[in-house]
Amino acid sequence: MKHLLSTADLSRAEAIHILDVAEEMAEVNTREVRKLPALRGKTVVNLFFEDSTRTRISFEAAAKRLSADVLNFAAKGSSVSKGESLKDTVQTLGAMGIDGIVMRHGASGAPRVLADADWIDVPVVNAGDGTHEHPTQALLDAFTMRRRLHGAGSRGQALDGVRVLIVGDVLHSRVARSNAWLLQTLGASVTFAAPPTLLPVASTPFGATVHHDLDVALAEDPDVVMTLRIQQERMNDAFFPNPREYTRHWGLTASRFARLDERTLIMHPGPMNRGLEIAGVAADDPRSTVVEQVENGVSVRMAVLYLALTGSEATAATKETVA
Amino acid sequence: MGTRTVLQHSDITRALTRIAHEILEANHGASDLVLLGIPTRGAVLAERLDRILADIEPEWADIEPERTSEPAATGADAGRSHRVGTLDVTMHRDDLGHGIGRAPHRTTIPASGIDGKVVVLVDDVLYSGRTVRAALDALQGIGRPRAVRLAVLVDRGHRELPIRADHVGKNLPTASDERVTLRLTETDGTDEVVIEQGDGGAA
Repeated sequence: MKHLLSTADLSRAEAIHILDVAEEMAEVNTREVRKLPALRGKTVVNLFFEDSTRTRISFEAAAKRLSADVLNFAAKGSSVSKGESLKDTVQTLGAMGIDGIVMRHGASGAPRVLADADWIDVPVVNAGDGTHEHPTQALLDAFTMRRRLHGAGSRGQALDGVRVLIVGDVLHSRVARSNAWLLQTLGASVTFAAPPTLLPVASTPFGATVHHDLDVALAEDPDVVMTLRIQQERMNDAFFPNPREYTRHWGLTASRFARLDERTLIMHPGPMNRGLEIAGVAADDPRSTVVEQVENGVSVRMAVLYLALTGSEATAATKETVA
Repeated sequence: MGTRTVLQHSDITRALTRIAHEILEANHGASDLVLLGIPTRGAVLAERLDRILADIEPEWADIEPERTSEPAATGADAGRSHRVGTLDVTMHRDDLGHGIGRAPHRTTIPASGIDGKVVVLVDDVLYSGRTVRAALDALQGIGRPRAVRLAVLVDRGHRELPIRADHVGKNLPTASDERVTLRLTETDGTDEVVIEQGDGGAA
């Protein structure tokens, strides 16, 4: 794996391999010394053209636990606000000697442009591009599901037969798209429940089935219910009449939550709008994986950075030389 | 193209039995001993040593299992020995980032930890010594053993670092262009150690 740009690029075996490496990283995160020397002497740049706190910190923690040096670049207050192009920004960073780029950009496809261009020859990890993809979020969601479903025996497992319901703003959500592709690659089935205004215009967007009634979707007894964040910045665009009406029709309210099966997992990529798309009682229940998702995010990002920066094409079955 | 089988199943078993006795002798008994195998073949050898030690030393299995705090010990983890574990050294190798690309293996440390214990590292073939150096590094991140010893099935020479084994199954003088391969029933379907000429690209 040289770059991680899209979950659509991942084969089933590659996806499982990343999750398995993440299991080893998770084990390291339980040790007293949470540090590995694998990326010692390497420099990773967090190149963030869009605001982000949790994703950036998660990547930073992941890189530091692998002993890499981390440079944080935020477009705000940088030469980008003076009009510098992506090419010049990246070449400037390249001249300082860097070994990997973690990129978030408001424009869909920006990491792909960077990976394909010959401006700089280092691995690029997509940390969210526009309304397109957020592959590490999908990987950590899959990792979290796998751990909850298979426990200690999750290595090597996929998510065959798991039924995942994704609720909310699918149209603007890079999390929904990355998840739909990855989860289906891993054998899960994905259903979206959202108002028509918040869904892409397609009969089966990203291969998922669609419901326009949350209660009908919940009655199908999904194994996982993933609520997406309603992005407050889009409130003015009249995708739905008002927040209260959204909650009544599409929120995981306390009464809807009470009807769910005992084993159904509740997931949310964060940050949560409590009381809007998810009720506090659902978010704080033991069935909720919200905190685990954050914890697993570090392990998954360690795995992605490790595989990308050490040029690992290897699979677990690779024959080793005795050295 | 020359391929020589130098150790067979019975030789391997005899060598491991002797190593097991040596480990007990050097430690004056089984107290505080922990075996850590280096994946993949070393981990299998450590498990075999564990079984042999359980047969020859009554004290070996005597420690109270401290697994009350272990959440969800299911499947393969249940009934795992509290004396034996695995230590993956992939992330501590000195050749990472040279384009080889290595997948990490599992590290499992017995619930009682390694602090103050005598850790016996178990590996299949001792060659340059770099794997063992990486293993010593990896141990530092996990705890502080009272002592670390090294047991290997085959020592083929050509050391590149000041490292030697405490317990050796078989010393095999080799040329550096030869390949020494250990196959074990658990991983490869057969028990043998073979020496292959390196120039033929044998796998």
